[in-house]
Amino acid sequence: MKYVDEYRNSKEAELFANAIRKSTTRPWTLMEICGGQTHSIAKYSLQDLLPETISLLHGPGCPVCVTPINLIDKAVHIAAQPNVIFCSFGDMLRVPGSKENLLTVKSKGGDLRIVYSPLDALKIAQDNPQKEVVFFAIGFETTAPANAMAIYKAKLDDINNISFLVSQVIVPPAIRSILGSSENRVQGFLAAGHVCTVMGYQEYEPISQQYRIPIVVTGFEPLDILQGIYLCVKQLEEGRAEVENQYSRSVRKEGNLSAQKIIQEVFQIVARHWRGIGEIAQSGLGLREAYAQFDAENKFPHEVHSQERSTECISGLVLQGIKKPNECQAFGKSCTPESPLGATMVSTEGACAAYYRYQSV
Amino acid sequence: MNKNNEDFSNCPLPIDSSSFITLAHGGGGKLTHQLIEKLFRPAFNNSELETQHDGAVINIPSEKLALTTDSYVVRPLIFPGGNIGSLAVNGTVNDLAMCGAQPLYLTAAFILEEGLPMELLWTIVQAMKRSADHAGVKIITGDTKVVDKGKGDGIFINTSGVGVIEHSLKIHPKSIQPGDVVLLSGDIGRHGIAIMAAREGLGFQDQVESDCAAVSHLVQNLINAGIEIHCMRDLTRGGLATALIEMAQTSAVSINIIESEIPVREDVKGACEILGLDPFYVANEGRFVVFVKADHAKYAMEVMRKDELGSQASIIGTVMEAPKETVILKTQIGTSRILDMLSGEQLPRIC
Repeated sequence: MKYVDEYRNSKEAELFANAIRKSTTRPWTLMEICGGQTHSIAKYSLQDLLPETISLLHGPGCPVCVTPINLIDKAVHIAAQPNVIFCSFGDMLRVPGSKENLLTVKSKGGDLRIVYSPLDALKIAQDNPQKEVVFFAIGFETTAPANAMAIYKAKLDDINNISFLVSQVIVPPAIRSILGSSENRVQGFLAAGHVCTVMGYQEYEPISQQYRIPIVVTGFEPLDILQGIYLCVKQLEEGRAEVENQYSRSVRKEGNLSAQKIIQEVFQIVARHWRGIGEIAQSGLGLREAYAQFDAENKFPHEVHSQERSTECISGLVLQGIKKPNECQAFGKSCTPESPLGATMVSTEGACAAYYRYQSV
Repeated sequence: MNKNNEDFSNCPLPIDSSSFITLAHGGGGKLTHQLIEKLFRPAFNNSELETQHDGAVINIPSEKLALTTDSYVVRPLIFPGGNIGSLAVNGTVNDLAMCGAQPLYLTAAFILEEGLPMELLWTIVQAMKRSADHAGVKIITGDTKVVDKGKGDGIFINTSGVGVIEHSLKIHPKSIQPGDVVLLSGDIGRHGIAIMAAREGLGFQDQVESDCAAVSHLVQNLINAGIEIHCMRDLTRGGLATALIEMAQTSAVSINIIESEIPVREDVKGACEILGLDPFYVANEGRFVVFVKADHAKYAMEVMRKDELGSQASIIGTVMEAPKETVILKTQIGTSRILDMLSGEQLPRIC
């Protein structure tokens, strides 16, 4: 497949692996931010191509994993209302709430629909004027433009039977939070290529300078990741700490300005709670006052008292790169994709699910 | 669809004022009788179809029989490349073929939901007839029930099948041995993507058609060519990966497959990339894997490739002794990993 197969070539992979081996003189610990990258690393067993001295930690960039349990419980409550059509991306359905997940609501007769774009939810609202349609607007900077566009269009076209349960988060504050932790082990980052396609990478430069840490904007195919690791290791070995762009076929320094504009129009920076990590200041997006009528939390005011079911689950530590999935006692025993204790075991982009599904030989 | 609509011009129904299925069509009275006589009987016309009797009486020219049954509940009822009728015939024919049997007869039981358009039923029944004719099987007895509106999903079909086994091969997962070679009959993932695109209204630029087809001819060609077949499995729900994992577990061997040898069409690959699905786990309805004795593998591939349905047949791997009950995939970039059984349904990802 064009633009994909070229980045899954075994000879090129071996060349990069050799280059990494040659340039590595001591142990380095890197973190890939995005769950999509974690997935690729596990799917292609990339760790097997790396010298043992390179350790990869998996970052918090899985939107399903970091959506707070409180929001899942709210989603479950709203989806169970009789006049509601609840629309969500597919992999949110299995994420455990305090008592139930969205799939349970569906099996009890809730009208729950998997959509592929928030604009699909808008269409459902137009087609069902007598129903209240709610879209679960979650994700990082990657989903923010489309979600913002749907909200903007709802206002423009006066579609008032739709609202959005928003849990948008952004990457740079999470990187700062990891670097600011006393338990931090990360020495270099592979930044998320698709996030930077939208936002550019200027905002990573102050982080790189302040913490003296290399940040390489990296794609998602196996060769992208190997090249990202190579660039990162090279910086570390040479004592440099810069922002580099491996994913130049998609990412420009300034990002996608139209996408940023629509995000700005609809959303403002707010504090967000990250599941397993806690609240991070200025780490999320919330609806601006002008769009408050589309906030599902306003439309369906309901207090939920959320509590994590498992005390065994260490997904928070996994998301911060402090532990690896297989260091959890529950991994593969009481916690499997069939009965996940934490969200990192649910989404295909969650590190625990990736480890469980793609085992090295 | 147009072609199917043309077919409807020959439909002897509606025979009364209703162009929809009503509860009375399943009541056992006049309307049931008319439905059978005017719709099912002409469509499945054959000497064995005895509507005046409780069942069909058949002569079987073999000592060894294969029996199978399957129920079909697909939604949407009509999808690119087939419909629930063609699926109900091909699916059961393929199950018989995987036992090494020559399929001969099918039964068909219909659960119809009140309000089902007669035209749609006719289209589905015609597709069953075409698929049965193509596979060389006869539909010789059946049943019809009608359920209240809202208690079904338009139509559910169960088909059972009988086939004869006229060879001495022992086709079973337990016959798989280290050293065997694994062949795949064609490209994978089309049915699942076609259904998902139709169900969710995904407007891909190129429409992916289901691979829904009977593979019994292809299997008979292999048997007739004297290939030492140790086992076969059709790839349905759960796709290629699930089928291989089940076989590795039953036969307590290691199956080693090579990603670059497994054909996946560009449009299917593209759809999977966008949706975050793995084509190895996506459903098929006209593909199978066959395990053969190593020195028969190349000839088996030639035999399969002579048939249009097997034109993309390829050797995808080999069987090893250890690690037992494991499928190992050599990835496109040259690393290896274990293929694991899927948990639940594949759900489209977020970004």
